[in-house]
Amino acid sequence: MKRYLLKRLAMSIVTLWAVITITFILMHSVPGNPFAAESKMPKVVYENLQKKYGLDKPLTEQYFIYLGNLLKGDLGDSMKSRVETVNDMIERGFPVSARLGVQALLIAICFGPALGAFAALYQNKLPDYISMIIAIIGISVPSFIMGTVLIQFVARNVDWLPIGGWGEFKHTILPSFAMALMPMATMARLMRSSMLEVLGQDYIKTAKSKGITRAAVILKHAVRNAILPVISVLGTTISNLLVGSFVIEKIFGIPGLGMFFVKSINNRDYTLIMGTTIFYAAILITMLLLVDIAYMFIDPRIKLTKEGR
Amino acid sequence: MEKVLEVKDLAVSFKTFFGEVEAVRKISFDVGKKETVAIVGESGCGKSVTANSIMKLLPMPPAFYKGGEILFNGEDIIKKTEKEMQEIRGNQISMVFQDPMTSLNPTMKIGKQIVEGIIKHQGLSKEEARKKAIEMLELVSVPQPEKRINQYPHEFSGGMRQRVMIALAMVSNPKLLIADEPTTALDVTVQAQILDLMKKLQEKLDMSIIIITHDLGVVADMSDKVIVMYAGQIVEQGLADEIFKNPKHPYTQKLLASVPRLDMDRKESIHYIEGTPPDLYIPPKGCPFYDRCDFAMKVCKDNMPDAENHSKSHYSRCWLNHPYAKAANEGSEK
Repeated sequence: MKRYLLKRLAMSIVTLWAVITITFILMHSVPGNPFAAESKMPKVVYENLQKKYGLDKPLTEQYFIYLGNLLKGDLGDSMKSRVETVNDMIERGFPVSARLGVQALLIAICFGPALGAFAALYQNKLPDYISMIIAIIGISVPSFIMGTVLIQFVARNVDWLPIGGWGEFKHTILPSFAMALMPMATMARLMRSSMLEVLGQDYIKTAKSKGITRAAVILKHAVRNAILPVISVLGTTISNLLVGSFVIEKIFGIPGLGMFFVKSINNRDYTLIMGTTIFYAAILITMLLLVDIAYMFIDPRIKLTKEGR
Repeated sequence: MEKVLEVKDLAVSFKTFFGEVEAVRKISFDVGKKETVAIVGESGCGKSVTANSIMKLLPMPPAFYKGGEILFNGEDIIKKTEKEMQEIRGNQISMVFQDPMTSLNPTMKIGKQIVEGIIKHQGLSKEEARKKAIEMLELVSVPQPEKRINQYPHEFSGGMRQRVMIALAMVSNPKLLIADEPTTALDVTVQAQILDLMKKLQEKLDMSIIIITHDLGVVADMSDKVIVMYAGQIVEQGLADEIFKNPKHPYTQKLLASVPRLDMDRKESIHYIEGTPPDLYIPPKGCPFYDRCDFAMKVCKDNMPDAENHSKSHYSRCWLNHPYAKAANEGSEK
């Protein structure tokens, strides 16, 4: 177990390094730079800016300087914002996005698998159709439409909740739901199909043949086994939710991390591109590792050993 | 002999998109106390449906009871509610399934899987139930039961898992054990061990056994009575001796002939029954074995023969055994 974890940790660092390097190369291979768009800029100013951010140096040197700073935990100055460093931006935006993300995740986890299991138990009957209609809406309706619909019906027509803004719990409710819908629907569909598979398994029949109640058969025997595929998608879902959604944050006017992802690309803000990418990759890698560890506790057939995978 | 189970004219069908499949068509048999009844026949002949319908374990829908009754202790199982069935399952009637590799929950310790039934039917505390589970494992000769009880199914071999399944079925001393092809998925050497174990437990616990199999070797070893099923019907039934020494139905004869023997000539190919059983969407009006039978006659095509008694315990359903056919046969021989 210990050895496995150490090995996974080392692998994670290598993966992260690969992400950094590839992003760096791709970013610099795109024509232009953070200051190229401002065409009216005098040449001297442009050159001074290049110098200030070290963009005049050879690419390999820039790369190693960046890696060096990164090891110190410094993601660099934003090339567009004069007041904030990339670290500041993430520190400011992440707690906001993470809070929304956690709430959305809780909603998705509470309702998604339950909805799927429910649908499977009533396969091809009314509850199944209703659940799957909800799931299909969740998957096919984009979050910006869901967001605006929620604003219209819950915030404008009846004035139960604020249209947007940030600060109190009531501000988080609508965006959390808008964000939760998609992962919830995905989980519901996954759960439905794996539950149907499990319900057809021999051991469910064995459980029934023991004379235990239907509830015990479903809860103790079916759900535990059916939830495994849902858990395997949890890693990506959690990281996507935690780093925030540009669309949702834009619609509800939330100062989260999501907008930095889009801003950084539009502005070619090199340090911000690197910063957000590395941050996202780090969260994703961590979550995947956590999911693998969680798997070990849920499925006894999986042993995390060095031969394990 | 005291009867534990009486099946009378049982008919079970499945509703499918294409129509009704008549999986079991009016079968009758009974199981006496401490008796072992074997149900044999090839795949799709309705053996497993019969077994599962006694436990009411068929998925309904699509399955439904079309007629007949299943009397257990004189009470009709078909009329019982799900709740009443839960009191019977695992308590008075238990079942062992075909594939021990998939019949145990892979994410639950086997101790817990055994304990579940004990707590349900005997109302013991967790600690007592655990002790009982260890006892049960000992009974089915699983070595080191105290240690094994905390292990998961994947840590057991196929034979050991089937022992666990048997232990699980035995926890409440059932009156009737239904074993649905209990040895089919096991190695030949392990098969004998499992059959021995079942026989031993039967002696000890005074239970009746219905064993479903397509392996006639298993039947010869264990059973008192043999039921031969074909296309959802019983085509021959009798004491084991009668079936093996004096099979009357051509299907039974072919079934017996297709058992490979060690004294077979190397050049001799293994006998098998050509063709496949009829589709039960539209069961044939006449004898279902008509297409595959070497002795098929005109009368067989459209008329199902009645049961013809050969002794008090032995009957078959074949026109060949009709007094007229016998007379004609004797005539032609002369």
